[in-house]
Amino acid sequence: MTLLASSATDHRGLTMALFGLFVAATLVITVWAGRQNRSAADFYAGGRGFTGFQNGLAISGDYMSAASFLGIAGTIALAGYDGFLYSIGFLVAWLVALLLIAEPLRNSGRFTMADVLAFRMRQRPVRTAAGVSTIVVSIFYLLAQMVGAGTLVALLLGAEGNAAKRWTIVGVGALMIVYVVIGGMKGTTWVQIVKAVLLIAGAALMTVLVLAKYHFNPSELLGAAASASGKGEAFLQPGQKYGTGTAKLDFISLGIALVLGTAGLPHILVRFYTVPTAKAARKSVLWAIGIIGVFYLMTLALGFGAAALVGSKEIKAANAAGNTAAPQLAEALGGGSGSTGGAILLAVISAVAFATILAVVAGLTLASSASFAHDLYANVIRRGKASEREEVRSAKWAAVGIGAVSIVLSLFADKLNTAALVALAFAVAASANLPTLLYSLFWRRFTTVGAVSSVYAGLVSSVLLVVFSPVVSGAKTSLFPDSDFHWFPLENPGLVSIPIGFLAGWLGTLLSREQPDPAKYAELEVRSLTGLGAH
Amino acid sequence: MDSPPITTTATEVQLIDDSEEFRTLRRSFRSFAFPVTIGFVLWYLLYVLLSCYAPGLMGTRVLGHINVALVLGLLQFVTTFVIAGWYARYADRRIDPPAAAIREAHGAVVHAPREAAE
Repeated sequence: MTLLASSATDHRGLTMALFGLFVAATLVITVWAGRQNRSAADFYAGGRGFTGFQNGLAISGDYMSAASFLGIAGTIALAGYDGFLYSIGFLVAWLVALLLIAEPLRNSGRFTMADVLAFRMRQRPVRTAAGVSTIVVSIFYLLAQMVGAGTLVALLLGAEGNAAKRWTIVGVGALMIVYVVIGGMKGTTWVQIVKAVLLIAGAALMTVLVLAKYHFNPSELLGAAASASGKGEAFLQPGQKYGTGTAKLDFISLGIALVLGTAGLPHILVRFYTVPTAKAARKSVLWAIGIIGVFYLMTLALGFGAAALVGSKEIKAANAAGNTAAPQLAEALGGGSGSTGGAILLAVISAVAFATILAVVAGLTLASSASFAHDLYANVIRRGKASEREEVRSAKWAAVGIGAVSIVLSLFADKLNTAALVALAFAVAASANLPTLLYSLFWRRFTTVGAVSSVYAGLVSSVLLVVFSPVVSGAKTSLFPDSDFHWFPLENPGLVSIPIGFLAGWLGTLLSREQPDPAKYAELEVRSLTGLGAH
Repeated sequence: MDSPPITTTATEVQLIDDSEEFRTLRRSFRSFAFPVTIGFVLWYLLYVLLSCYAPGLMGTRVLGHINVALVLGLLQFVTTFVIAGWYARYADRRIDPPAAAIREAHGAVVHAPREAAE
């Protein structure tokens, strides 16, 4: 706490002012976008009018959460190479989205993931399953971001006690509801674009400042980080964080979930509907891969820079998980604690971090409320008889409801381990959503029973395995450290739950007597590959 | 029903699905996407397994403080960028033209006015 608290008063006002500026600007954009929203396609898909580049930026904005920016930089700063190892899965994952998901989804769906899953199946059971999975994944991810936001604000603003944390969570929640209800997809997309540009500019500035200190010689930076870490060359090698037997398996489990989960994250999938064609969807992913890749390369410089220039003792003193390493590095780069340059740079980077959290939670709220309205309300409850206007109205109410639930859960669950929550969101996406998407698109025989089986089996198995893992009980860092009912040794369920999801879809299909509809599969296939009849 | 059937009738869609043009397009897509996906997933797993179980190899220095682990990690970035670019080129040549031809042949050029917006 020492470093941040001593200069808290210098930068606090400036951080608040910059963040206020971001909120004001994005609210103006939101109101402007909201006035243009007329149809359901405007609300859910931003009128499908974004270009590949714009959507690529927005995807990057949705994806580069505070967990990436602060979490990965902090992990590199404290655990060296293993933080970098962690970041790579997040990038490679985009190839799954590029090669298998983005274009077919854009061509055959309309507003949600369930549009594709239910295309050739019985609507109600498949949409119910997909809607439930979408909302569960989004809420886990939302909780991680909001709890993280509360902790971060308390740390960065040097505010003591729980009041600041609580008010931050409520404020972030209220703002995300406003973005979604007023701006819909168009407003939310612009918020993502603004945030992505700010985040990349902030990270690039810091990267250049770090490298300049080491004559733009990466080896010199690595050497300085290794010696400052007190671990020597081991700091630059795998094993600091994922070194022991179980930790290795845990990391493999996490890595697989990251690579296969990204293309099943509902808030990422709905982004592909905001562009006019499949080719534009492909271009968005290509841009996103470039932007996200460069961003993770920069976090490498930021993490090792923080290790070298701030030092692990100072970082751990502020936050044991290293979440404040990047802001602390900003302060050091600006001239250190107490200097004007340090205060300014710290304020800028802190404001960027808040902007990051705010944009990501808005994207999550939109995706989950869209699925509630379009899948659960319009198709399951109203059996497809709801008008567009009724559907959009229910989406707005759903945003308020989901936002409120997330605020309340975050307030009571502020002890939750945010990294574990993010990992769980990816695990559910990889175990429930991805198998069902792949089977739906590419396996002729796949049936309704198969789709429902893979969604629920993947969802239930990943959640249950975490409930009976050290995340929840049996370890000092558990949610319930005083009780012990864990029997699953890993914190990441993917290694087991992803095969369960795939297996359940396959078995469900083979064991049901249901015959797939060949005409519907032909239609899906033609549509997904050619764009014939696409919305 | 959420997705209105395409302008053509069900039997016509099945005819397209069975046509030589469409089969070629499907083969072009699958023969690229499926093996390449399996390839990069295995390549990523190899990297993760080496990081976990081959500390000696990974710790070998290459140049200054840069070791094999770092080089392999950066190679994951390189292969990701290369595969993305490779697919973009491939799709431009082997997927977009036949897909457009099928769309035009069946009277529904989708979102034509907006293509320019990309």
